[in-house]
Amino acid sequence: MKKENFLLSATKTGLVGGAIAIFLCLIGMVEIFNKRDVIQGIVTLGQFVWLATAVGAGYTASQQTSHLLNGKKPAQNLTAGALAGFFSAALTAFLVWLGSQTDLRAIFINASPALYELLTFGKGLAGLPQLLIIGIISGIVGATFTLLPKAVQRPLLHALMMLIFMALFSGIFRVVMINQGNKWETLAKSIFSQTGLTQLGGWIFILGTIAISVFWSNRGEAVKASMARMPSKGKLSLRILVFLIIAVIALGLPQVSGPFIAQVIVIISLYILMGLGLNITLGFAGLLDLGFVAFFAVGAYTVGLLTSYGPFGLQHISFWVAVPIAVLVSMAFGAFLGLPVLGVRGDYLAIATLGFGEIIRLLAGSDFLAGYFGGPQGVIGIQKPCLGVLEPFIKLDTPRICDGIEIGQGAADHFLAGPGGIYYLAIISALLIAFVAWRLRESRLGRAWMAIREDEDVAEALGVNLIQTKLLAYILGAAFAGLGGAIFSVLIGSIFASSMQLLVSINVVALLVVGGMGSIPGVIVGAIALIGLPELLREVSEFRYLIYGTVLIVMMLAKPEGLWPSQATKRELHHETSAQGGD
Amino acid sequence: MRATFSERLVDLAVNIFLWGFRILIVAIIIIGTFFTIREGKYTSEQWIDFIVFGISQGSIYAMIALGYTMVYGILRMINFAHGDIFMTGAFGAYFTATWLTKAGFVDANPFLGLLIPILVAMAVSTLIAVLVERIAYRPLRGAPQLVPLISAIGASFFLEYAFRGFFGPGKYAYPPIKALEGTWEIFGIGILKVQVVVAISAFIMMALLYFVVMYTKIGKAMRAVSENKDTAALMGIDVNRIIVTTFAIGAALAGAAGVLFALVYRQVDFFMGFTPGVKAFTAAVLGGIGNIPGAMVGGLVLGVFESVGPSLFLEGLGITRAYQLKDAIAYTMLVMILLFRPQGILGERLSKQKA
Amino acid sequence: MNKRLFALLSLLVIASMALAACGGTPATEEPAATDAPAATDAPAATDAPAAYECTDALGCVKIAAGEPVHIAYWGVLSGADGSLGEDSKRGVEIAIDDMGGKFMDHDILLTTEDALCTPEGGATAAAKLATDSSLVALIGSSCSDETVGGIAAISNAGLTTISPSNTRPALTAPDRGPDYAGYLRTAHSDAFQGKAVAEFAYNVLGVRKAATIHDGSAYAQALQQVFADEFAALGGEIVAQEAVAKDATDMRPVLTSIAAKSPEFIYYPVFVAAGGYITAQIREIAGLENVKMAGSDGIFTPDFVTAAGPNVQGMYLSSPDFSAFASGYASFVEKHNAKYGEAPLSIFHAHAYDAANIIFAALAKVAVVDADGTMYVPRQALRDAIYATTDFQGITGVLSCSASGDCGAPVIAVYEVVNSDPASWNPQDATNPNPKKIYP
Repeated sequence: MKKENFLLSATKTGLVGGAIAIFLCLIGMVEIFNKRDVIQGIVTLGQFVWLATAVGAGYTASQQTSHLLNGKKPAQNLTAGALAGFFSAALTAFLVWLGSQTDLRAIFINASPALYELLTFGKGLAGLPQLLIIGIISGIVGATFTLLPKAVQRPLLHALMMLIFMALFSGIFRVVMINQGNKWETLAKSIFSQTGLTQLGGWIFILGTIAISVFWSNRGEAVKASMARMPSKGKLSLRILVFLIIAVIALGLPQVSGPFIAQVIVIISLYILMGLGLNITLGFAGLLDLGFVAFFAVGAYTVGLLTSYGPFGLQHISFWVAVPIAVLVSMAFGAFLGLPVLGVRGDYLAIATLGFGEIIRLLAGSDFLAGYFGGPQGVIGIQKPCLGVLEPFIKLDTPRICDGIEIGQGAADHFLAGPGGIYYLAIISALLIAFVAWRLRESRLGRAWMAIREDEDVAEALGVNLIQTKLLAYILGAAFAGLGGAIFSVLIGSIFASSMQLLVSINVVALLVVGGMGSIPGVIVGAIALIGLPELLREVSEFRYLIYGTVLIVMMLAKPEGLWPSQATKRELHHETSAQGGD
Repeated sequence: MRATFSERLVDLAVNIFLWGFRILIVAIIIIGTFFTIREGKYTSEQWIDFIVFGISQGSIYAMIALGYTMVYGILRMINFAHGDIFMTGAFGAYFTATWLTKAGFVDANPFLGLLIPILVAMAVSTLIAVLVERIAYRPLRGAPQLVPLISAIGASFFLEYAFRGFFGPGKYAYPPIKALEGTWEIFGIGILKVQVVVAISAFIMMALLYFVVMYTKIGKAMRAVSENKDTAALMGIDVNRIIVTTFAIGAALAGAAGVLFALVYRQVDFFMGFTPGVKAFTAAVLGGIGNIPGAMVGGLVLGVFESVGPSLFLEGLGITRAYQLKDAIAYTMLVMILLFRPQGILGERLSKQKA
Repeated sequence: MNKRLFALLSLLVIASMALAACGGTPATEEPAATDAPAATDAPAATDAPAAYECTDALGCVKIAAGEPVHIAYWGVLSGADGSLGEDSKRGVEIAIDDMGGKFMDHDILLTTEDALCTPEGGATAAAKLATDSSLVALIGSSCSDETVGGIAAISNAGLTTISPSNTRPALTAPDRGPDYAGYLRTAHSDAFQGKAVAEFAYNVLGVRKAATIHDGSAYAQALQQVFADEFAALGGEIVAQEAVAKDATDMRPVLTSIAAKSPEFIYYPVFVAAGGYITAQIREIAGLENVKMAGSDGIFTPDFVTAAGPNVQGMYLSSPDFSAFASGYASFVEKHNAKYGEAPLSIFHAHAYDAANIIFAALAKVAVVDADGTMYVPRQALRDAIYATTDFQGITGVLSCSASGDCGAPVIAVYEVVNSDPASWNPQDATNPNPKKIYP
């Protein structure tokens, strides 16, 4: 095959980069991110995003050049990078020019004067040459990067990643540190600005990361080797030490970080519970359930109705009694909704379960059943659980005293009143359920599920009772999700049918696949990546789902087996792709 | 192999439950219908209106469902982003139609004023669908079934929120075509002109599609690929080209459906594809996924159930505000039909390989 | 597997060291805004020079010289309802501009927290705000659901919030419970709005048979119920109360079902999408060609006129009465249009402006400045001062806050849409308003 001219290839890459840059400008990302800093006074997040397209184009063009010319040739590589950077910037310049000729805003609402001003450095069309020059320089920077030896590339890349990470999360770090007292406050204010990193902070993170990265690439092997040489007793004690440290962090975290981090971790834990539940029905038994939120809703509503002091509360019983009941009711629903679809396979099952999820949500929010579930007004006044074991199991009337404090009579509140306390409840539940799920997988039942997943007909022929095994998958999956719902209801203190959207079910399926199907650590990693990060990055909420969607696609392209796949999936996938090689 | 006593007991209980479930739903429908009709709240004209509204909604479902079903037939993949492809078409048509209306073109040539936006919508949808296929789906061929599904969900979010970024969260009002306002008398019944146009265009497009799939060379190739990709490739069929063609045809239909939707309901916004997308997927499954006439039947059945169901089944049972539960009826119908026919109305029994 | 495990563990070790270092201190220096603020007045007091001793029950916010006074807006800023929150946020921004961006030589810093118009979103936003000990007071939320989810965290953190746009009656009911200790609003309660529409329909339009539609949202369901009760109390007949799904598009079946009961008046206080579909389709239904339509503040936006199309002409919409607003409102709108290049997006910007100014006025009463220029804001005192607001000259009227948190001057008007072109939307226009006020 005749190889393409490298200049032509670089031009194409530059145009693709430019198209991405225009896309980012027109969806408003460049302008809105411009309010955030990466490093105060040096580069804003908006500028950073735009620069990234030009640098990326230069990098890619240079890589392709090396490929086309069978090796690195600095002059050509840099030329290609500059060309790609130029075309990348040229498209943006074209956008600005077009915007000055016609009112693009009639169609694209984000093609605003503020955007043009930003892109032309406030100089109008006269600023365009400057933009092109910056594009070329960025392209060359990207190309130069490919020419550097690996040992230099890696620390730089790490530093860049660290910088972005710290800049994005600066607000959270800043607030948490300020809460620790005066010394920490001074430190926080010198590293983090209100909207990003200070210059000092930027340098600390860049240089610090480079230092660690260089140290690790030089000495890492030695450290690993010394670890491997350690006697088994030493290893054990090291493990215990690490475990203890993790436990201490986990215990102390909400006290140090304040309620926000605790709240996010509770939400992650709830998704972990749902994910572990779906991991049984879908990951182990292969039954695709797109209406999993139904069981979450059942658990939440059961606890809500049993413990609420609002207008729809049935019995004001203790949370600790309501939870087992909620789990049992969820299990019953698991069986009830599982039974009709026992004979339904594949994607028919997906849509039937999706239907169930929607039916539950619609009924719970309907006026028809509003007398029982509150309809659109929801179930409110759900009491937070009391910790005391000696707390009466059935609390029928006021005044409600909880852990020695009369509930809600002042700012002081009992332990489990806020996310800081419910955090422990959620973490312990998630760990417990993870353990149960792990034991289940290793059990006879677990093997039966996996047999069904691999081949229903063969499993039946081998003596697996399809009806019972499938039903148990639904029932146990539902139980886990129901527990999640129960905790959710006391976390928020009120339940609305509008919280039980199809989107929740989709999120759970996505986190399972992104984490790695059938893998228990995968569920945890998936929940942190897909639920935790978006919650922490609240400031970019305009683009939350756009980024979410992009991440899903990129994840599937880059790691279709998931972030932490189970051994079986890894083997299987490897096998399949090699078989499909000729496709 | 012998089942133990307890196992047989469970099986028996399950069977009793399932039959009870079937009988219960059928009984609810019959009793509800009986009481509604006895009360005589609605005139027969109103019943006919309900059915006509259902058919026009159903034909839009059907057109979207065709795209789902075609892609599924060939790739065994749920193209979750299909509803959003429909949305992109509607946006393309909106800008064209607004421009044409402002220029006074639509009032002068109502037929072209309808046709040009439809063609633009089909072109936009096709372009985007082909891009999505190339970037997000093609590299995943041969991966486990759920991987392309998640990628499709990602594509769906991406399209929705990219369009939200471009055009904002607001609603756009699709310009009405003056010539299509008012009603036509057909067999003595007044039917809205738009709905007649929608039903007829939908029918023409579905007939064309059926013809293409059944009687042309490319259709034959599609069916061959759907049976077995590897064998088809051995027979000299360019599998990738056929798959792209399938996506393109499905997307073109969705784009056209987007225009018809905008004509009937007058609103265009970035999220408009989600609910119709889910409904169309339901319709495709209802009719038997992978089956083209099935998608048409499924769409129409779903549309009519949604429109007639709340008044006919629920009001008789004394359930107030029945239209809130319209979707619940649609999904209950779906489960019911799957209970009696797990493969959908016109679907064939799923063999192992296809499931 | 070992490699990955090792990487993970080493990461955790590093993280743990960092955090263990943080963890050492808080035993003595409790943050000022944790779950138990009663016990936390200590740090501000111990850190302060002897000149000022914080004795406030909820603790004090310490603002050193040169540091900004930090207030936050929380509400919906993204998604379909984003314009509601954006509108209020602008009201706050203008209030800050009017202060010259400064409060007693300190810059005013406004941050925002998106609460997504859901109870979970409200809870998460509130948790984040409760973590930030530099916050003085809040303005928000936009949707009542957000308040229901988040208010406990905010009250318990010692913060006080004034909502410019929550209209759910229960939020300021006398028995609303101690979680609402830190909650007030300048918006009107829907109890007033539903009543105004019912009186307008019965007395002015003279209709006797009315129907309602809601979209399953708490707002619409409650509002149409208030209307139905009031209308029936006046002697009218409610012939149908229907509901649709929030994402429904085909309204013809439900409208046909309503048409069978031949109402003269249909009230649908829903949001833009559903409202647009209903208005666009209603005239096509046999029997509803001449029915009178009415909606409420949820669709009092040009967006709705865009979505509804030509049928919107002659529709009635209820909203706060702009003409009853004080004279300051006209200059507010001028500033708004100059600053943002467009007319206000929704109807609660003025309420947000007033909410911010109530906070600044209360702040001026309670803030204490130390010898070295450090400012202290005692939180309980601030809260009490806000509740004690009386005869405040706001642009929405003269405001006095009740013990249950109602500060608004609930003057509701009914407007008629006189032009279906969204570009002509300008209810504040003196000569040519659209929609035009017709009642009272």
